[in-house]
Amino acid sequence: MSEEAKKGYSVPIGPIHPALKEPILFTFQMNGEKVEKVDFAPGKAHRGIEWMGMRRNPVQIVHLTDRICGICGVSHTLAFSRAVEQVAEIEVPERAHYVRTIIAEYERIQSHLLWAGVAAHELGFDTLFYLAWRVREESLDVIEYLTGNRVNYGIVQVGGVRRDITADQFPRIEASLSYYEDLFGKMLTLFLEDTTIKMRSRNTGVMNQQEALELCAIGPTARASGLNMDVRQDSPYAAYGDVDVRAVMPEQYLGEARGDVYDRIVVRLLEVKQSIDIVRQCMDQMPAGEVTAEPKIPKLLALCKKAEGEAVGRVEAPRGECLHYVRMDGHEQPLAWKVKASTYSNQMSWLKILQGEQLADIPIIVASIDPCMSCTDRVTVLRDGRRDVLTKEELHRLSVEKTRRLQS
Amino acid sequence: MSRTPMSAADVAEVFSTAFGDGIESIDVKEWAEGSRKVKNHAIWIRLRRDLLKEAVRRLVEIDYPHLGVVSGVDMGEYIDLQYHLAIFFGIPDAEIMVTLTVALPKGDLAVPTISDIIPGAVYTEREKQEMLGITVTGIPDTRGLFLPADFPKGVYPWRKDETGIRDDMVRELWTVGRPEGRPAPPVKPKEKKKKEEDAAAAAAPAAPQQPAGAPEPEAAPSETEVTKDE
Repeated sequence: MSEEAKKGYSVPIGPIHPALKEPILFTFQMNGEKVEKVDFAPGKAHRGIEWMGMRRNPVQIVHLTDRICGICGVSHTLAFSRAVEQVAEIEVPERAHYVRTIIAEYERIQSHLLWAGVAAHELGFDTLFYLAWRVREESLDVIEYLTGNRVNYGIVQVGGVRRDITADQFPRIEASLSYYEDLFGKMLTLFLEDTTIKMRSRNTGVMNQQEALELCAIGPTARASGLNMDVRQDSPYAAYGDVDVRAVMPEQYLGEARGDVYDRIVVRLLEVKQSIDIVRQCMDQMPAGEVTAEPKIPKLLALCKKAEGEAVGRVEAPRGECLHYVRMDGHEQPLAWKVKASTYSNQMSWLKILQGEQLADIPIIVASIDPCMSCTDRVTVLRDGRRDVLTKEELHRLSVEKTRRLQS
Repeated sequence: MSRTPMSAADVAEVFSTAFGDGIESIDVKEWAEGSRKVKNHAIWIRLRRDLLKEAVRRLVEIDYPHLGVVSGVDMGEYIDLQYHLAIFFGIPDAEIMVTLTVALPKGDLAVPTISDIIPGAVYTEREKQEMLGITVTGIPDTRGLFLPADFPKGVYPWRKDETGIRDDMVRELWTVGRPEGRPAPPVKPKEKKKKEEDAAAAAAPAAPQQPAGAPEPEAAPSETEVTKDE
């Protein structure tokens, strides 16, 4: 019995995470308030999309990729289209590259603001959560204005895009950019200079550069740990080679990278500013011309059908590298299709960043890699054979109480 | 750490001199997008299976790579595994995607783990085990990843032979139809609207009057109701 007590207890979290693409079951080995060991089991909602794709043609798959993720829809369509374009050697018109870039950056703005809201909520700072989600609406409105949809944009097609962005739409885009620019300073102050947020996120969930590298972390999670990687900068695609993109690193703002939750907030917020600049540059430089290499779908399919070979399409999604591998062998459907979403690479980081942290910190740390959205739905605590069920609300309450404790 | 970038051709040269015959093919590819056509570099190397680990180690010597993912293809007689690795990221215009491809014959589906060199590889190797039915020898975590616990054993979704998804496991949405044999909903059946009732009552005495020889009192109230409605 004493041996049992020494071992601590285990806390399973999940597996129902309705907002996640892959709902996850966490198992925490706890010792008192401290997390000793972390394990997770994804795959609670595996939909077999790759299996479905290998039985469909590329044009059908493009619409399937739109539905892989509700937040980074354009990243998957873009990564897949880029892979197919490389196999079939389809040259995308220049203007289409710019349209793709503008939509991708708007997606980044809305995704990062959504995340910022979630982070604030997990810390018990709900006024900030409301503010972040309210201002996020503007980017969704612009996306809807440009593509016709708020989610699942359906804008990217193999060989180009399905809708052009015309000059008469620029004023609306510009209006939203200045809206965000005016807000930016305020958001920065609210998030980064707030004592409460600092207390909760500084030195919480730390991962250093070496660990980030070894655990294959990507995107803002890796950059916050001082790992300079950004597909937009390293292997420029679409119009990113034409605009000035440098990876946003926490040391640019703070002078050093500590790899904690605070740094992840810094990176994401600064990337919103970067996205504003990129969209502006794209509007200035946008060349005239067609937006698709082949507007006739049967012709496009015939092109794809003839293609043989393999390629990788990589895109910097809001959460990090999104990679699609496609191999085609002269059939309508691809021989192989592998989707690697951003969270796929970042999940291994959880093992490191949750270790040694407190139960009340779990919500914000789990959310800090932006696993689409972190919904810690239900937690069961097994202690002395007694079984308590902690709801998400209770876990959230624990987190809020910790904030209060730190404040007093 | 100091990192000196190399050109894709030089990296390819390092591999072809180091492994000689062990390399079946090596391709250096380029792809460019946008107006300025900034190039993306990639090296595709197909090599013998037993050289995989040595190749990854060699890559670590050049620059510690970022492992994107391991993908796999069922080619019929064998299974191809592709290790997508990126090196020299963060250095302007230097990144190279190195893809190491190894073929595993169907008779001997084993490949050594690279998780001792790149710890983060465990995740994607676990996925390959369950999706392709291969054995990653030395993997520190043999559990599955994405498939549900009650998923049939010996079925591997990405395989295209008899161990792939069987036809009887697939249900096309359009052939499913309406669900049958469901319990009745726990709500009272809707009461007929007054007008319908009237219409039914009005129709009843008109058509089947002869067989039953409907009694007077039943027909009478229906007539009064109709007049009320009007």
